[in-house]
Amino acid sequence: MIEKALKGNRNYWLWIGLLLLCIGAGFSAFSRQMWEGLTVTGMGRDVSWGLYIAQFTFLVGVAASAVMVVIPYYLHNQKVFAKTVIVGEFMAVAATLMCMLFILADMGRPDRVLNVLLYPSPHAMVFWDVMVLNGYLVINLVSAWTVLGAERKGVPPPKWVKPIIYLSIPWAFSIHTVTAFLYAGLPGRHLWLTAVLAPRFLASAFAAGTALLILVTLILKKTTGFDAGNEARQKLAVLAAYAGAANFFMIGTEFFTAFYSNVPAHMHGLQYLFFGLHGKSALVPWMWLSLFLGLGSLAVLMNPKLRQTSKWLVAACAGMVASIWIDKGVGLVLGGFVPNPLEEITEYGVTLTELGVTLGIWAVGILVLTLLLKVAVTVKKEQEA
Amino acid sequence: MNEDRRSFIKKAGIGLLAGIGSAAGLFPALSLEKTVFPAWDEKPEPGKRRWGMLIDTRKCSGSCRECVAACHFTHNVPDFGNRKDEVKWIWKSGYEKVFPTASSQFQSPEVTERPYLALCNHCAEPPCTKACPTEATFRRWDGIVSMDYHRCIGCRFCMAACPYGSRSFNWRDPREGIRLASTEYPTRMQGVVEKCNFCSERLVKGQEPACVEVCPEAALVFGDLNDPASEIRKLLEANETMQRKPELGTKPSVFYII
Repeated sequence: MIEKALKGNRNYWLWIGLLLLCIGAGFSAFSRQMWEGLTVTGMGRDVSWGLYIAQFTFLVGVAASAVMVVIPYYLHNQKVFAKTVIVGEFMAVAATLMCMLFILADMGRPDRVLNVLLYPSPHAMVFWDVMVLNGYLVINLVSAWTVLGAERKGVPPPKWVKPIIYLSIPWAFSIHTVTAFLYAGLPGRHLWLTAVLAPRFLASAFAAGTALLILVTLILKKTTGFDAGNEARQKLAVLAAYAGAANFFMIGTEFFTAFYSNVPAHMHGLQYLFFGLHGKSALVPWMWLSLFLGLGSLAVLMNPKLRQTSKWLVAACAGMVASIWIDKGVGLVLGGFVPNPLEEITEYGVTLTELGVTLGIWAVGILVLTLLLKVAVTVKKEQEA
Repeated sequence: MNEDRRSFIKKAGIGLLAGIGSAAGLFPALSLEKTVFPAWDEKPEPGKRRWGMLIDTRKCSGSCRECVAACHFTHNVPDFGNRKDEVKWIWKSGYEKVFPTASSQFQSPEVTERPYLALCNHCAEPPCTKACPTEATFRRWDGIVSMDYHRCIGCRFCMAACPYGSRSFNWRDPREGIRLASTEYPTRMQGVVEKCNFCSERLVKGQEPACVEVCPEAALVFGDLNDPASEIRKLLEANETMQRKPELGTKPSVFYII
């Protein structure tokens, strides 16, 4: 089936070429980082995680959001999602792959990554994260590929794939819950030390991931003529809206608990992110942009008239993705390190090398998604014809 | 290729692998990787010993840096002269930084302006070892929270987990930052985490930690917290002491007389 990804028009190959170019740039940045060490990134003794771990956190959410189509289609038999479900599953595959690459890029000794399996440590959340992420990648790839293969042959999918698809649903929740537990169990990092972190991760994932899925189906429609259907997109938009509402509600509860209790350590992280602390305020404009973009997009998605207009739908989905990318992909990780355990403030500034590696990893993910979707769209079109 | 030949090759391959595996088990010298337990060279006595330190901050003067210099020299701790790449095992800091959750309102200025030593607390309930996905950092039988630099994957989870900022990462090749090399302790490689080890390499030789030995005011006392007859226990009973962030339940083994 993979041979279908080898036939495409000029634009398809130009796109592939562009992605390969970005991957090359990323690889060269990564080799510089391997050679000189992580000193070439903006990270340091005080802010010891940065862009890589932030991207990882955001992308786990994108991966988990595949359930927003898998649940209605497979569990509730909503036929309207028939064409979207494969897009969602392949997006999960690409996102999970990117998650793993970001983890590798962040490691000081990626050559020793197998130590995680050689010395399994169930007390460490990273161990569980490696387990669930690898499992999720396999589950989605196997189930989507098998169903697509059966479709190509015009036969019903084999019976054994059904349980795997059902398993993907709790598994999706598990990947983002475990990712939240990476943060939420650390003493002395008060921005993260909150029971609401896992639910908030899930809510923001279902908002941003679903919005991204809507955008991908629109891009597919424009570039290949394969239309997942407006009805499916509208239903997804409603799901993204409610998930977004839940996310912003939980951000509000974080503010209440921190500021009403007036416990300094609980306030510091939020103060730094949204208002600045001791004159240091690099992230303040970003966080407010995230908040206003998110709330604005939410309002558009909630409004039936606006979200049915194609331009508003695109704007709102892009706004939601950007908002949560900033909130989760920048603010949450950096905010946990400011102030540091000795209440000193060190700000983080991203470097070109770091951006290069990040660009490369995104290009790998988008390349994989492009190839998988190319296969899916070709098969679906052949069936229609 | 016919079926018989294929299955013969398959079985022969499996047999060969099994042979190598069992040979490695039967003759330990043959195995490709050997496990040594330097941390357990002494007879392990679980719960019998817990190394701890007491710092009499009243004796510590602002200008003296003997302990920091001795430690960082002994352990080949690099110095790059910038905060971002900084590696440190022990350092002097302010009252409000070392004890951010302790009350500093209306304290005597003499107390808040005094320097305070910060180092790994060798917690009895260490959050860092819990977060480590490879057991590269672990709690020894004698209470020391130790590091295996050869197993560390450099994920820096322990740094995020430590509520005392006691851990440093080798953002770059540490050997470039060592001016005067010591032969007492190996240098580390780029990409791994390190921190104070309570001088476990000196303890096995019957020596005190370098910082304790070198302090001109004898402000540092090192000893077994589980031995009621030890000097450190007597001092802990005779003086009012503080631990850093005791509310987090990490049970630090480093105590301070204020």
